[in-house]
Amino acid sequence: MTAFGHDHIWVETTNSMPQPSTAVRIRVNGVDHDVSAEPDAPLLYVLRNELSLNGPKFGCGVGQCGACTVHVDGAPRRSCVTPVSAIAGKDVVTLEGLGTPDRPHPLQQAFIDEQAAQCGYCINGMIMRAAALLARTPRPSRDDILSAMDANLCRCGTHMRIVRAIERAAAGSAAGPAGREG
Amino acid sequence: MNTPPASSRSRREFLADAGILIVGFTLFPRDTRAESLGGTVGQLTAPSADALDSWLVIGRDDAVTVYAGKVELGTGVSTALRQIVAEELDVAPSRIAWVQGDSQLTVDQGRTVGSGSVKRGGAQLRRAAAEARQALLEMASAKLNAPVAQLEINDGVVSVAGDGSRRLTFGALVGGGRFERTISGRAPLKAPSAYKVVGHPVPRVEIPAKVTGKHTYVHDVRLPGMVHGRVVRPPRVGATLESLDESSVAKLPGVIRVVRKGTFVGIVAEREQQAVRAAKTLNAKWATAPVLPDAADLYARLKSLATTERVVGENGDAASALRSAARPIRATYRWPFQLHASIGPSCAVADVRRDGALVYSSTQGAHQLVAPIAALLGMPSDSVRVVFTEGSGCYGHNGADDVAGDAALLSQAVGRPVRVQWSREDENAWEPEGPAMLFEMAAAVGADGKISAWTYDAWTPTHGARPTRDPATLIAGALVAGATPAGEFFSGGGERNARTTYVLPNERVTSHPVPSFPIRTSSLRGLGSPQNSFANESFMDELAAAAGIDPIEIRRRHLSDPRALAVIDAVAKRAGWTPRASAPDRAGAASTGVRKGRGFAYVQYDRTEAYVAVVVDLDVRPGTGSVRVRRVCVAHDCGLIVNPDGLRNQIEGNVVQAMSRTLKEAVRFDSTRITGVDWNGYPILRFSEIPDAIDIDLIDHPDQPSVGAGEAATSPIPAAIANAIFDATGARVRQVPFTPDRVREALRASKV
Repeated sequence: MTAFGHDHIWVETTNSMPQPSTAVRIRVNGVDHDVSAEPDAPLLYVLRNELSLNGPKFGCGVGQCGACTVHVDGAPRRSCVTPVSAIAGKDVVTLEGLGTPDRPHPLQQAFIDEQAAQCGYCINGMIMRAAALLARTPRPSRDDILSAMDANLCRCGTHMRIVRAIERAAAGSAAGPAGREG
Repeated sequence: MNTPPASSRSRREFLADAGILIVGFTLFPRDTRAESLGGTVGQLTAPSADALDSWLVIGRDDAVTVYAGKVELGTGVSTALRQIVAEELDVAPSRIAWVQGDSQLTVDQGRTVGSGSVKRGGAQLRRAAAEARQALLEMASAKLNAPVAQLEINDGVVSVAGDGSRRLTFGALVGGGRFERTISGRAPLKAPSAYKVVGHPVPRVEIPAKVTGKHTYVHDVRLPGMVHGRVVRPPRVGATLESLDESSVAKLPGVIRVVRKGTFVGIVAEREQQAVRAAKTLNAKWATAPVLPDAADLYARLKSLATTERVVGENGDAASALRSAARPIRATYRWPFQLHASIGPSCAVADVRRDGALVYSSTQGAHQLVAPIAALLGMPSDSVRVVFTEGSGCYGHNGADDVAGDAALLSQAVGRPVRVQWSREDENAWEPEGPAMLFEMAAAVGADGKISAWTYDAWTPTHGARPTRDPATLIAGALVAGATPAGEFFSGGGERNARTTYVLPNERVTSHPVPSFPIRTSSLRGLGSPQNSFANESFMDELAAAAGIDPIEIRRRHLSDPRALAVIDAVAKRAGWTPRASAPDRAGAASTGVRKGRGFAYVQYDRTEAYVAVVVDLDVRPGTGSVRVRRVCVAHDCGLIVNPDGLRNQIEGNVVQAMSRTLKEAVRFDSTRITGVDWNGYPILRFSEIPDAIDIDLIDHPDQPSVGAGEAATSPIPAAIANAIFDATGARVRQVPFTPDRVREALRASKV
């Protein structure tokens, strides 16, 4: 198993010449945005700094930790190594697009119910990756969960609760209506 | 614009908080607490621990706002402290808004360190809340014309017992006004038997925001006009800057300035991506010297650098008892440098103007960070305000203080608010590391099965190099001065749990502080306790095995504290411990290639704090040397439990993080620099490596004061894992981390 899971990896080359900023149209959480960005700017910076979406977090910048995970056309992607130009015409969903404190996604609710956070910095990536897993595999085994989540790092040691929260959400979604992301 | 933490519920409370925190243009809002009261009272003075108004404000709308010096580092302490205030004040925890760690608004409760927030900070808040409750009862007594003894309080409403019509809310009593009351310490405190909030699993207040992207971390702070800074570090401190070619970034878009002061080099650019690119592109040449030891010589170097020794504890005559022992046992243990390894590299936002500076930082000590920042900027301290804003979990002294210095310097240079986000490489190479330690142990067990002699010698660099008034205690200040960052050498940290709590007739515990080391070190969770406990509790196991005594039994023979014995009994029961002398699981390997083992360890944190006993069950594959922890049982007594679920969360976190430190973590370096600068170079535990179960017994003592739980459960884990590996294989692993190579090496050494 790689540390990168299913992600597309794009690594900025140090000596590449900057490309001029251009207007880029991106679709995030169901809304089109025209942003001005260099085409090779990481999607993470555009989401955070241009759209004020703070769910995705900067962790390593090289696609190793998963804190920046978003969904691109439903699949988990490391937004820190995804150039904004690569998502033209695709649907991006961030943690904010899953749910809100008032109307949380079933996984977000499960993380609340299990109190599955300490500092919470990695939790964006945990929920985004888990949401993609449950969309693909609604009733994952514990090994399925460990395997899917292995690409994401947590330093507080909240792993046991994160696994329980995913199991809880899976059990809930089997019994009731699925969330917007499945 | 993002403003840090608005934990309040109502819009009005939010605005009150915002009044405090959207202050890029108002650096000295001493009257902010007045503003939160509706602006009807005059200028408030600087917070004082004796003044009730410094801790707590009640608005006319009954909103309760608490001003706490202790801060939320991800451990849930802001919920636990709310519970303590809610309990003593008789209001629902959800009605309490929280302002934390603001150098100008909150009382300086000392740094948020050492598992002291509930124990010490909670005690202060409890007295403040009790004083407020007493004051409110006295006000109500006068207004309702009833003696205090006839009054009762329910969720912020004071009423006359038996006459529900005679009632006043807190807001009606004091809202819009000040208590103007000194905390006497004589206000009655509730009896723990009457607790309705403390002792219950209250959900953490900030988790809903954290799981929906609505929580404002310091990384998320945005100020109007804010630009992005990055630092360009030399390979290591002490390197000199040979040349800096500013023209190398002159044509890059968005670059505002290259900032150079001494060997401090930074870039400020309009956009984050532009700052990152410019920092990578900037052509800086550094001259370095090979000052770091060869990794193979690390422990010899540690030993050679110690110039003094300190007897931490002594009893009887260990030296002669050891000389006269029939079979003295000796062992050497080694612990490497380790990182805090926060998932989010350190970040800060600073707005430095001619007449003042505002710094948003995830520091553990907002008040303590003022002086070095002021010195760095050449400003008086009362012109600098530091506002704590939660960061990625820090587990001690990581880069949070240093990056605040970077942001302040860059903001001063460009005259705009600057956000500095360290890269992963910045964090791994430049955060103060948890120190490497070397232990030499010797002991003997007498014919009576008791330990007749015990000596401990340990070598360690400092576990505490926090910022002081000297700006060179921040990396930025050190680089400006061309110096090495240094701080106060706090020897006590390395000695934490150096001496065990076992009753030993002849013991001598000696620490050998290493006064300076080329790798900068400071406080990492537990300070010296996990390392010391690794050596002490591994060695106890070695003594038990040599004497053919059950590992739990040998400890029981040297303990009399009933609380110690209670956690040991509880974990033994939970784990289904079968008393035996350690015997390697040879049969398992023969049939399945996997050997099963279990190990025990016990520590009373810092000798006076939480009691923790653990049993670890694990598998060892002798062929590969791989270790897989299957189950961890923990029994934990930290006195009165404030939030049982919060406590379990902390214990689970301690267990998993300690497993990671024990099995995987060591800082890699060569002669000139730290080389393990990403997650491949500094691997930590992954989901595929977590235990199947962590089973926790909480032992509550409502009659005993709460002591900290943020670190205690880390300490026994390393030795319990080592002891379980021995139990499984007969091989003793004495050097952390227990990588497959190390385990195979130990297996070869044990000739199993």
